[in-house]
Amino acid sequence: MSVKTSETLTFECETGNYHTSCPISCVAWLYQKIEDSFFPVVGTKTCGYFLQNALGVMIFAEPRYAMAELEEGDISAQLNDYEESKKLCSQIIKNRNPSVIIWIGTCTTEIIKMDLEGMAPKLENEIGIPVIVARANGLDYASTQGEDTVLAAMAHRCAERDLLGDERNQTAQNRALQDSFLSPGNKEGTLEPIMNLKKNPPLVLFGSLPSIVASQLSLELKRQSIQVSGWLPAQKYNNLPLLGDGVYVCGVNPFLSRTATTLMRRRKCRLIGAPFPIGPDGTRAWIGKICSVFDIETRGLGEREEQVWESLEDYLKLVRGKSVFFMGDNLLEVSLARFLIRCGMIVYEIGIPYMDKRYQAAELAFLQNTCGNMCVPMPRIVEKPDNYNQIQRMRELQPDLAITGMAHANPLEARKINTKWSVEFTFAQIHGFTNARDILELVTRSLRRNNGLEDFGWTSLVKRENNLRM
Amino acid sequence: MKLAYWMYAGPAHIGTLRVASSFENVHAIMHAPLGDDYFNVMRSMLERERDFTPVTASIVDRHVLTRGSQEKVVDNIIQKEKEERPDLIILTPTCTSSILQEDLQNFVDRASITSDSDVIPADVNHYRVNELQAADRTLEQVVRYYLSKAARRQGTLDRSITDIPSANIIGISTLGFHNQHDCRELKRLLQDLGIEINQVIPEGGFVEDLQNLPKAWFNFVPYREIGLMTAIYLEKEFGMPYISTTPMGVIDTAECIRQIQGHVNKWTPVFSNKKVDYEHYIDQQTRFVSQAAWFSRSIDCQNFVGKKAVVFGDATHAASMTKILAREMGIRVCCTGTYCKHDAEWFNEQVRGLCDEVLITDDHIEVGDMIARVEPSAIFGTQMERHIGKRLDIPCGVISPPVHIQNFPLGYRPFLGYEGTNQIADLVYNSYTLGMEDHLLDIFGGHDTKEVITKSLSTETDLIWNSESQMELSKIPGFVRGKIKRKTEKFARQNGITNITVEVMYAAKEALSA
Repeated sequence: MSVKTSETLTFECETGNYHTSCPISCVAWLYQKIEDSFFPVVGTKTCGYFLQNALGVMIFAEPRYAMAELEEGDISAQLNDYEESKKLCSQIIKNRNPSVIIWIGTCTTEIIKMDLEGMAPKLENEIGIPVIVARANGLDYASTQGEDTVLAAMAHRCAERDLLGDERNQTAQNRALQDSFLSPGNKEGTLEPIMNLKKNPPLVLFGSLPSIVASQLSLELKRQSIQVSGWLPAQKYNNLPLLGDGVYVCGVNPFLSRTATTLMRRRKCRLIGAPFPIGPDGTRAWIGKICSVFDIETRGLGEREEQVWESLEDYLKLVRGKSVFFMGDNLLEVSLARFLIRCGMIVYEIGIPYMDKRYQAAELAFLQNTCGNMCVPMPRIVEKPDNYNQIQRMRELQPDLAITGMAHANPLEARKINTKWSVEFTFAQIHGFTNARDILELVTRSLRRNNGLEDFGWTSLVKRENNLRM
Repeated sequence: MKLAYWMYAGPAHIGTLRVASSFENVHAIMHAPLGDDYFNVMRSMLERERDFTPVTASIVDRHVLTRGSQEKVVDNIIQKEKEERPDLIILTPTCTSSILQEDLQNFVDRASITSDSDVIPADVNHYRVNELQAADRTLEQVVRYYLSKAARRQGTLDRSITDIPSANIIGISTLGFHNQHDCRELKRLLQDLGIEINQVIPEGGFVEDLQNLPKAWFNFVPYREIGLMTAIYLEKEFGMPYISTTPMGVIDTAECIRQIQGHVNKWTPVFSNKKVDYEHYIDQQTRFVSQAAWFSRSIDCQNFVGKKAVVFGDATHAASMTKILAREMGIRVCCTGTYCKHDAEWFNEQVRGLCDEVLITDDHIEVGDMIARVEPSAIFGTQMERHIGKRLDIPCGVISPPVHIQNFPLGYRPFLGYEGTNQIADLVYNSYTLGMEDHLLDIFGGHDTKEVITKSLSTETDLIWNSESQMELSKIPGFVRGKIKRKTEKFARQNGITNITVEVMYAAKEALSA
């Protein structure tokens, strides 16, 4: 490959014939995140079978999601939607007693134009607990965008922040914070950070992260004396953050563009457009951007990033100079590619289901900078990719690693191309300084495995005539 | 609308795709929204398939929803034909396309004009049939299509049969439960009997060869779920006899071989003037090749006498397993059942007299409650029953789909034929707590000190165990502890006792064992 550095990123759009998971799969992590929720997925056997297969063992753990399976009577409107939904809700309340029911609309509810949004308020009144509707269907969305639809719907349910009460909260919060710093068990038991604590405007972070990762990120911000006033979503439905005019919001994941839009337009929040806290470079840029918006000078952030890079050296040795091909599946691609380029890898192609250039603007600019700094060519960004064409391109390029869905992983491995399942990046903990190692752990896994196998000479495991077939 | 967590059989299109991707050089195009192609994941992951799954989707998105597919499906078919040059493209409807009511036949007709590949729409209704029925139907549809095509092309089909006895094996498919191993075992069985394999379909078959199906002397349908429709069609159209006895277990394998003998002897006099007799083969295999007959006699198997089992699965495997447990191993089958509701009548007839009760349902909660109530020593079921078993602390041998990656073992594990009987014997034996271990645990009070788990699936705890009674309970061996706990609680409830003391436990024991 000749190294030529183009000035700008190129965007392409293909046919959209690609493999990805259905957005309803978001219930898998959202039901675990929001502990008092229940997610009925209103769809058909097709949806149910997908969940059952995609989520594997979780099904056996009495999950707080279920299929509300539509039968022929529902489709042909012989049954009354409202009555059926109500019956189901009562059943859910009786068995699980959740604090909120989140209906997930699917392709079928779209096609038969079932008015879930219209029914929800009426239903809510009658059964006495909140009913939220998110249309996470495969007609409009791909994989992680499911979470986006749910969070966008939830954003409407966050209470309005009233200024007076906010003052009170802020004082209470400060007092609580002070207490925590003064408590005997606290290692950082100095009063210094508190003294310098500038009262930043309320900051709400959005994106569902495992609670441990969420507190890691909150803590990173606290080190810069920034208070996080809430997360969307919170661990409990009843702890949703207050929103409103003057509240700053910042996303932690690249697929949350609807949520961002809703927060800005409907809740009058101010969006902080930053790269996403994935990789030490991303985390630093993310914190840096928030600090700059609040007019706070960062302290020790550069050193912190340096330390993390140093600790990654053993992994970096493995990846430097290796090439990657993202087939496109979960919208984390741009951030991951940017991080891997900074790690010294060459990215040939960033396939991505959907590209919101406005919401991801800072991330894209960061990617462009990173390419410049690392002196590597800009990768092509392919929106709505065509898997067939991608495989032809991969045959030409022979990348060292393909980040791909499970449908293609085994066939590619059999054709000498190392793969990593993209879905693992959705589930693994990849945010913040602490978890950068986990990303490289995933990325290097097949490379490390192959170090052991390389010498045997049985890398291509398909018959010759098959090799050319897709 | 109904609340559902788990399905035993998948939606219809999965069945069609299983048949399509089993054939060589057949491509399926689904008319479906983004994300519905998870069949590719299942095949690639579960079967560890090295090749790309020949299934793509013609994506139904917002535009299709407002304007209809128009050229899209046709273009996708033609493009796939250029890229892959498949012999046949099967346009597969999904739940989405059946509500959209787009005219798939029309797309197929338009695509056929330019396409060199044959193109057919799968004739399955999402809301009426499940995965298994759809697979059965699609296989029949493909066979019918190619036989009538051949008949059209050549005027009449060549109806001569092979000179030596031959058979078609119908119904081996991708993502089938141990299908690959079963197929190898069946081929070996037929080879031993001097019968040639004419064709195996759909797995590994070429559609262009289907016109030679009628050359076989008879058809062999090892599984009830997939292939029966095809066999019935071939019987009606070409007078081909078929065997649908599943050769699972020693007795049924023998029965199956005798039926083969019957069919072979209809024609042998014409060709070679002598009849075959397989009785000696059956006898030798049963007594010396299969270990199962000997195993039933061995002292190990004594420990099984009167032990309780529950069986659940698809019609084929559940029925065969019930017969094996009851007839060949002397195990008491308390309840047997299947989720193949469409085949309930056949199932009932098969297991009549071999079990205490029959459960026909596709609701796993019903199955779970049945198991909790019956409290068998072992379960033989699907992956779902395995998990029910885990929660109830009852061992489970998996004998039927739905499948999981561990049901695609790399090693040779047929369920059918004589090697199959050995595998099943191992499975049964290993599922029960081994006899001697069981005995020793009883004597020494068990090595299991885990807390008692409540065993009913719907928990209700209104009873209080005091510390002495808890201590007493913990002394009871693990594998019977749950049972004693439940019996004690049942006794307490019946007598209106809320505090369970050691005295209550003893009283319960006396009352219930008396």
